[in-house]
Amino acid sequence: MFHVFLAETRKLRRPTLLFSTILLVLAISGLFTSLLYLLINSRDGNGRRGQSITALTLSKSNGLVSGFVSTATLLGVVALCIFAAQTAQEYTFGTLRNLLVRQPSRMKLLMGKYLSMIFFALIMDFLSLIVSVSISYGLAGHAHVSTVAWSTAAGFHALAQSFWNVFLATIGFGTFGMILGLLLRSPISSIAIGVIWVLIVESLLGAVVKGADKWLPGTLIGAVGNGGDAGLTYSRSLGVSLAYLVVGSAVVALLFKRRDVAN
Amino acid sequence: MNSLAISVSNLTKIYGERSAVSQASFEVPMGTVCGFVGPNGSGKTTTIRMLLGLITPSAGTGSVLGESISHPQRYLPQVGAMIEGPAFYPALTGAENLKVLANLGGYPISRVQGLLEQVGLGDRGGGKFKTYSLGMKQRLGIAAALLPQPKLLILDEPTNGLDPSGIQEIRELLKELASDGTTVFVSSHLLSELEMISEYLVMLRLGKVLFSGRTQDLLSAQQPILVAKPEYAIDLGKIVEIARVCGHEVSVVEGAANISAPSDWSASLNRMAFEAGVTLSTLTSVLPTLEETFFEMTNNESAGGE
Repeated sequence: MFHVFLAETRKLRRPTLLFSTILLVLAISGLFTSLLYLLINSRDGNGRRGQSITALTLSKSNGLVSGFVSTATLLGVVALCIFAAQTAQEYTFGTLRNLLVRQPSRMKLLMGKYLSMIFFALIMDFLSLIVSVSISYGLAGHAHVSTVAWSTAAGFHALAQSFWNVFLATIGFGTFGMILGLLLRSPISSIAIGVIWVLIVESLLGAVVKGADKWLPGTLIGAVGNGGDAGLTYSRSLGVSLAYLVVGSAVVALLFKRRDVAN
Repeated sequence: MNSLAISVSNLTKIYGERSAVSQASFEVPMGTVCGFVGPNGSGKTTTIRMLLGLITPSAGTGSVLGESISHPQRYLPQVGAMIEGPAFYPALTGAENLKVLANLGGYPISRVQGLLEQVGLGDRGGGKFKTYSLGMKQRLGIAAALLPQPKLLILDEPTNGLDPSGIQEIRELLKELASDGTTVFVSSHLLSELEMISEYLVMLRLGKVLFSGRTQDLLSAQQPILVAKPEYAIDLGKIVEIARVCGHEVSVVEGAANISAPSDWSASLNRMAFEAGVTLSTLTSVLPTLEETFFEMTNNESAGGE
């Protein structure tokens, strides 16, 4: 599996993918964190969905990661696109047959591919964290936010916990993308369906159908990244999204193992 | 040591109602170049995919390098393959594409440059695959197939898109590999090319094996053709008439009569032509080419099947 991991990492580090992803991630983290501090006194709010996050809140031990946590869903969408594209492109390019000739164990191939993409997501989240934390420290004075609590033990714990949650959410969204990629075998279709579902369909369903957000996979994974949301506890979000992803992954893994490679 | 590189028995692949490969049985000895021929849709690629573990057979058995095709992981590390044209990542360079496969198979990365040079891409390995011409893509596909230093090389249409000198280079490469003991199983539409390099032949039509064995055995079993050309074109009709009267099939090709008859009938033909006042400027006996044999066999088969 290590050989598969190395091979996949080689594909993921191609400059066009690597640099465009880094730029995108830096832009998302930079924008979200900057707006959190620059719009701190805005009447339209400075958080998600017009929410106001005050200087007092940001001064708490978990205030440092507020900006980073708010990027969880978008980082997840980026991961969804990458996981979906990296998986489905093997079908569209016809390269799956080459891979299977060199690594006939389909499960090893799938796992190696998955692990390499998780590694990529880890780097992506880490870069995002660094940018967000740097901007938070840089803009804290401007927004009259105290940074004292950020460097306490509780602050470091919050930092580690938030990174873990965002990382889990990124893997969750990525896994969703990979499932779509294996099912649809087309990067464009899987990315389009995945993004539209997470960003549009779930928002509409959540707004129209009462209680739907407790069962929608994208909402639940996003809640994991936020460490739990209003009406969605962290443990429930983690449990239900894990159940969705395990079942989905098992189905597509079985398909991948059994399906003839005829293209 | 197993003397067969490939052995399949009653190998069958059915898609719904359609039989892509039907009870195919053939053997390919070790260390030979074996041509795999058949018209489009005859089941060549499906058979190759079954040999490589990409497709599960509906029925039948097979072995590659002495291992059952139901366990491809046991023999694929010693098999190089290019199936249905070269498929690589367009955004990666040729060298990077090979390195991906080298990583995957656990082969040394240092092998990549040598392979690129071997297939004539030594100075173009740094170019992106999407910028390659069809011939260059084909060469990269062959380099990828050679990556494991294979005991068995399976190539599906390796000369597609290559210019005449490229075709000649690949022909020489395959000969060289075979002389080093590599078994080469190669499918191609260029039957004249296969005739030059293949000791063995497997002929497929509509998913069924029409012939498998030595190329020479196939060709020598065919009726030779007497090519008779009169000194004056006006006498061609008399030659045709003589052949027909003697019960031989005849066709006219480029001003000469091509007569399906044993070579020892040429003396009789010469005598009868002389008696009819015709001087022959050419009288030779030739064996049909692989291409002619192939068309003869596939036409007979289709006529028999109708």
